[in-house]
Amino acid sequence: MNTLSHLDVLEAEAIHIMREVVAEVENPVMMYSVGKDSAVMLHLALKAFAPGKLPFPLLHVDTGFKFREMIAFRDQMQKDYGFDLIVHQNQDGLDAGINPFDHGSDVHTNIMKTEGLKQALDAGGFDAAFGGARRDEEATRAKERVFSFRTKTHGWDPKNQRPELWSLYNAHKNIGESIRVFPMSNWTEFDVWQYIYEQNIPIVPLYLAAKRPVVERDGVLIMVDDDRLPLRDGEIPMQKMVRFRTLGCYPLTGAVESKAATLPEIIQETLVARVSERSGRMIDHDQAASMEKKKREGYF
Amino acid sequence: MSQDMTVGQKASQKAIAEVKAYIDAQRQKTLLRFITCGSVDDGKSTLIGRLLFESKLLFDDQLENLKNVSKKLGTQGDDIDFALLVDGLAAEREQGITIDVAYRFFNTEQRKFIVIDTPGHEQYTRNMATGASQADLAVLMVDARQGLTTQTKRHAYIVQALGVKHIVVAINKMDLVDYGQDRFDELVENFRTFSQKIDMEAFTAIPMSALKGDNVLEASGHMDWYTGPTLMQHLNTVSVADEVAEKPFRMPVQWVNRPDLDFRGFAGRVVSGSLKVGDKITSMPSGKTSKLARVYTVDGDLDEVLAGQSVTLCLEDEIDASRGDILCAGDANLPQQSDNFHVKILWMSEQKLRVGRTFRMKIGAHTVNASVTQTKHVIDVNTLQHISAETLELNEIGECIVRTERPICFEPYANNREMGGFILIDKITNATMAMGLIADAHSGADLDQRTQELTIDRAARADQKRQVPLTVWFTGLKRSGKTYIANALERKLFARGCHSFILDPGNVLPGMSEDLDFESSDQIENVRRVAHMSKLMNDAGLIVMTCFTSPLSFERRMARRIIGTENFLEIHMDTPIEISLAQDSQGYFEKARRGEIKNVAGIDMRFEPPKAADLTFSLRKHSPEDAADIILAKLTEMGVLGG
Repeated sequence: MNTLSHLDVLEAEAIHIMREVVAEVENPVMMYSVGKDSAVMLHLALKAFAPGKLPFPLLHVDTGFKFREMIAFRDQMQKDYGFDLIVHQNQDGLDAGINPFDHGSDVHTNIMKTEGLKQALDAGGFDAAFGGARRDEEATRAKERVFSFRTKTHGWDPKNQRPELWSLYNAHKNIGESIRVFPMSNWTEFDVWQYIYEQNIPIVPLYLAAKRPVVERDGVLIMVDDDRLPLRDGEIPMQKMVRFRTLGCYPLTGAVESKAATLPEIIQETLVARVSERSGRMIDHDQAASMEKKKREGYF
Repeated sequence: MSQDMTVGQKASQKAIAEVKAYIDAQRQKTLLRFITCGSVDDGKSTLIGRLLFESKLLFDDQLENLKNVSKKLGTQGDDIDFALLVDGLAAEREQGITIDVAYRFFNTEQRKFIVIDTPGHEQYTRNMATGASQADLAVLMVDARQGLTTQTKRHAYIVQALGVKHIVVAINKMDLVDYGQDRFDELVENFRTFSQKIDMEAFTAIPMSALKGDNVLEASGHMDWYTGPTLMQHLNTVSVADEVAEKPFRMPVQWVNRPDLDFRGFAGRVVSGSLKVGDKITSMPSGKTSKLARVYTVDGDLDEVLAGQSVTLCLEDEIDASRGDILCAGDANLPQQSDNFHVKILWMSEQKLRVGRTFRMKIGAHTVNASVTQTKHVIDVNTLQHISAETLELNEIGECIVRTERPICFEPYANNREMGGFILIDKITNATMAMGLIADAHSGADLDQRTQELTIDRAARADQKRQVPLTVWFTGLKRSGKTYIANALERKLFARGCHSFILDPGNVLPGMSEDLDFESSDQIENVRRVAHMSKLMNDAGLIVMTCFTSPLSFERRMARRIIGTENFLEIHMDTPIEISLAQDSQGYFEKARRGEIKNVAGIDMRFEPPKAADLTFSLRKHSPEDAADIILAKLTEMGVLGG
């Protein structure tokens, strides 16, 4: 008898979740961050609704400091797959000249990402938004439901989560509430890589090691992606073989030194990794409960 | 330079070969989801922390973070407090308890594991049940010093009722009872006695110390008397073959994929069985039959679909199946249909169950109105006694009768989880109120219904009053003029010698509905009572006017059904809210706006305007007198008012 492998099970679960959302809510949207989890989520969605078109648009909240290669990749994907793409930038933040150098990572992320996201969701009137977050990423995500409710102001109340029985999702919401849906909740980082490899899913080349100009700051390698990164005294960009385990705003995303220039090599490195993937994200470092705090405020 | 390239390429090829071999090995791995449960201090989080630690799945930064937090908040002195690894939320770290279901991941050479870590406290039983509903195996933690507690028994009862296939009883903290075999045997015997009472067929007992690592991964050096598997050995080898694969094919239709006129696919997840192209299929509840024509995927068609897969199926004939219908193999052995069920319910809301209230029931991909018509008893999980009860409170498990508005397809939960498990959703707060398991269909009436005919019937009473009784149902926001117009109408009816009565919050709330909480979904219960009262008054020959917001179309449908369509006149008060606000001398809306009053239609709750009201008025356009005259003319036209 055929038994489904663990990836078959995870794929079927994610597709089931996506279809439930489309069947039960009025106006869904898919968060598309251009990273590897988004790539897998998009791939799953294409499978779920084929041969039809995606029954929802993709939304990219552009903070203005994304790696240039991410933007190029995003536009290429849109060309290849023909999905509806909404790109949103927080105009207020742009007008105020918000950037991570003068305002710090916290303020920059809050205004350009969290506030930008809220604006985009409100503007589109979206009542459900798919996200690629996984429970293995960090402690508060491990406790989040697949259907995670947000208040009118997009806040998360961890103590007031609905019980989620079997695979019966309750998508009924109150006025002003919206839902974040995480179809890949039960995937691990390794599952994502394995799936990308098996299904031959396109990803941004930044995940693969290459010689890139970087500076070392507070023990973290930051890529000099354009000339907006102010160099500190004595800092000279060095060419190093680096890759990224996670992608965000380039000044806030640490690279790791690596020779893994192919997907198999990355998988091999992931197997022996000694540092968790989010550690490259500076926003998680501030305090142990920082992610919970951010989520309460509406950071996805 | 060229030599470097060659070395690099070689390394790369070696890596590719290794990874391919590795991924092939991964392909063989199966997935096991297990839940850990037990009382609050039995050591669940410690166990999971140790499994992650010893499986070498902690990253350096996580370990570093754990060490820092252990020093600050830990209970193990300078040692690592593994529990802190899994207690994620800030509130939990401070309180030292696990308040919500957490999902953890690790893998071994044989398997991938998802650990569902659930809270111990009794007030979080619902969270525990959530975890159990997704688990293939349950690890029940028992503190060797404490023995079986109420909570152990409650959890054993729930995992058994939910049909969790494998049960491990982990007798933990053996280091604190000198690793004594006598104590272990005594506790196993106690558990065996209890397990027999709840029809648990089998369990595996393992003596353990999660803190010290005895029998977690490695066999303990302190308990030579125990020759069974360690926990990890057991998790690695227990059978995950799922019996749903062997059951008849069932697939609830989740979504109909119809991108163009040439393609019509039924999308859903197969909940049991398998089906090959060419096999006969019956769509339930319509009973229409066809054959499986193709299984569509982006990577090309498949010949067969299996339990657990999410698929898109195309049939040979144009069958009109929609979301919630169930595609079944063949034409025999089909699911039953009923609108009346024996069920087991775990109540999950702070607000207790109200018998008769309408909920949304979600079962498979189907949502239907349903109510609990009777609670037969609550089960005391400690003594397993059945205690008669009128209601269910938070975390109570009871056996009840549930009735649905329309018949639905189902199978008993014990036969097929996905075909017999349901949730109840509150119509106003949208909260998930309960989980339920269908035992079987219930036949026969729930209540002793009147069989004896009354001598003086409704027609006779109406005749005596020279009128045709009916209910004029006013719906609209607060202060939209419902009672104004009803009063004007009643004065006119009275002048004509008609017998009538007005039901409005002023005479219903202080008496008949004084037990209801109007800031909750009790509003629906109130509408139900008013509808029944109106029907009785109609039976008595009276013309009734009701003045309640009744904001949801489903509530008005319910009222119409109870009262009878032919006796029901719906009046929609469509007064603009600015005018209502101007009428609001008591500051009702202002309070609602400040959040002091909740669930006020038009403020924090939706009002669903009737699509086909018999008459619609607005205080902007109509004076109460004019409106009353129009209604009177309508009643005359309907022949309600006698000559």
